Amino acid sequence: MDESTPPPPPPPAASEPSPPPPPSTSGSPTDFLKGVVGKRVVVRLTSGVDYRGILSCLDGYMNIALEQTEEHVNGRVTNRYGDAFIRGNNGTWWFNSLRTPAA
Amino acid sequence: MDASSNGIQEPFDLIRLSLSERVFVKLRGDRELTGVLHAYDGHMNLILSDVEETIMIVDPVEGAPESHTTVNVAKRKMEMLFVRGDGVILVSPPSRT
Repeated sequence: MDESTPPPPPPPAASEPSPPPPPSTSGSPTDFLKGVVGKRVVVRLTSGVDYRGILSCLDGYMNIALEQTEEHVNGRVTNRYGDAFIRGNNGTWWFNSLRTPAA
Repeated sequence: MDASSNGIQEPFDLIRLSLSERVFVKLRGDRELTGVLHAYDGHMNLILSDVEETIMIVDPVEGAPESHTTVNVAKRKMEMLFVRGDGVILVSPPSRT
């Protein structure tokens, strides 16, 4: 009885400010990620580049699709994309949602 | 939380909707491509045609702070290109309205 998700994504070990806890204490990382779809997020790659945008969806490999994406390098906007697919491996590091009241 | 306005349920839908379109691809090693997307698979291996590759060559200026680097840009064009998926960082479809 599970959803369709294959590999449990390894929770990013937090050495940085960890992502805010899910609204309720519902538990699994998957639940957290589901809850954050449609919200504004920051995705940091291991290269240090940040992508800020609205999370449209993600899959079991943690490939993600963002809308209204801004690429930030050293705090400066270096690019904008209407939509962006970010490959899940490639050292994609996880995000920190900018809190907005849940819809 | 309806995934989005344009009927995207999973990230690969974004790529599927970009078939035959010109896409922007960001690769490891400070490389970028634009080209017409012909095919892809689950590894994000890509077939692109009419490709322009932009290579950023960053040379740190000696003795200068890290922010002082010169960036040389090299470009080249290729008719048809296979891109191995593991080099792909980001794919952006043409902006649609």
